[in-house]
Amino acid sequence: MSILAQQLLLGLLIGGLYGLAAAGLSLVFGVMKVLDVAHGELIMLGGYGAFFAVGLLGLDPFASLALVIPGALLLGVVLYLGLFGFVVRADEETRVKNSLLIGFGLALALHALAVRLWTADERSIVTPYGGAVLTLGELTIPLVRLLSLLLALLLIGGLHLLLARWRWGKAIRATAEDWQAALLTGIDVRRAYLLAFALGTALAGAAGTLVSVGYSVSPSIGLEWTLKALIVVVLAGLGSMLGTFVGGLVLGVAEAASAAAFGGPYREVVGLVIFVVVLVARPRGLFGK
Amino acid sequence: MLDIRGLDAAYGDVRVLSGVSLSVGAGEIVALLGPNGAGKTTLMSAIAGLLRPGAGTIRWNGEDLTALRPHVVVERGVVLVPEGRRLFGGMTVQENLELGAFTERARRRRAESFARVYALFPDLRERRRQLVRALSGGQQQMVAVGRALMTSPALLMLDEPSLGIAPRLVAAIFAALAEINRGGVGIFLVEQNVQAALTLAHRAYVLESGRVVSHGAAADVLRDPHVRRAYLGPLAVRP
Repeated sequence: MSILAQQLLLGLLIGGLYGLAAAGLSLVFGVMKVLDVAHGELIMLGGYGAFFAVGLLGLDPFASLALVIPGALLLGVVLYLGLFGFVVRADEETRVKNSLLIGFGLALALHALAVRLWTADERSIVTPYGGAVLTLGELTIPLVRLLSLLLALLLIGGLHLLLARWRWGKAIRATAEDWQAALLTGIDVRRAYLLAFALGTALAGAAGTLVSVGYSVSPSIGLEWTLKALIVVVLAGLGSMLGTFVGGLVLGVAEAASAAAFGGPYREVVGLVIFVVVLVARPRGLFGK
Repeated sequence: MLDIRGLDAAYGDVRVLSGVSLSVGAGEIVALLGPNGAGKTTLMSAIAGLLRPGAGTIRWNGEDLTALRPHVVVERGVVLVPEGRRLFGGMTVQENLELGAFTERARRRRAESFARVYALFPDLRERRRQLVRALSGGQQQMVAVGRALMTSPALLMLDEPSLGIAPRLVAAIFAALAEINRGGVGIFLVEQNVQAALTLAHRAYVLESGRVVSHGAAADVLRDPHVRRAYLGPLAVRP
């Protein structure tokens, strides 16, 4: 019993990262109607960013977020101006197709670049408190992963506030709902797209940082994280960042439960089953608007 | 004032507007009549900057609007209430209105604009915290007009404001338009309810198959036998 509880707890902890990974993808897809399949590679870059910030500058891994997030914002601006800004000029159907092509191309390029620069080795950030655990009855909670979950929640909450209160946050939501109507109220929709993409990339960077602290990064983790994020986006639906976070937790726990019930190899299956079931039974997702 | 000369527009190979010329003076109410598919919505979209015309000019106080992006057209004081309202349904009444005051110029006059909209539509003040999608069609149309007013326009364009709205509310909306116009805002109106439109308007244009086929003072257009037969039904041919 306690083994199962322990597994579910670990599932919950990684679920927070699934939620954070999905939030950026959800924001970009919801606002721009662009599917950025290179989102996982952006997470991978964030992980390396944190790894080197810790290794070269001696920063605390969580403090490295203060560098990684602005860096990722900037990368998002560059990627928008250089690539995705051209995609949004097309109509919405064409956008998805074109963004898939560009996204896969970008993913391959970033993957190859990462192997070239940093080799294919797995890396993980080692911290002095990396082995610390909290004990709760029979449960052991790895401190670093608990902190990651809380930070993920904090970042999602921050994003939620930004979208709810900030003038451009409201503009981003308006653009997501009806971009032509947004134009007619005087919103520069292309700037809203730019901001949404930069924020999405920043979230990917933050997620990557937490992944490299609690887990590990290598150039090839991108596809796996894109898939997780995509499953969570489908599960949670568009339009609510907090809903996306909860969707991440659900996926994490469901994976752990399926691994416990059917054995480790079935961990990945449950996500795909959820993906199909949600698409058939409730295409809007659990919290979709 | 809005001055349109020789405007052509097409969707792909389909010509929608051919050499349309018309004007809306400062503070004037002008109605645009015509059957479905005549190009009325296309003309409004072109003025709002949503559609780039193939030829011709759209001048607003001397400046060519055809080169500007839609949000800049709003900044210049020309705003469109599109057909079907196109509100942000998942947001509250107040959020919708706030988004109307997005441009720099409109933001400076935000408090004033809020007061003006709530004075015009007291219902909206009571419902300001409600989600727009929970409102009736008529109330939504009030939000749509209110959101456009929040942009602090000098020319308010409306595409079918009475579509799908209860008659009592249509009257309220037309009364509001008259009130808005008394404040000096020009109004350019596409409307199926020809009688109501021509009663409100100073002048009118009739658009058929993408061409202006007739124009004049609203009272004269209302007496025009062709207009009466085509838009007011056979019983209305003789006044």
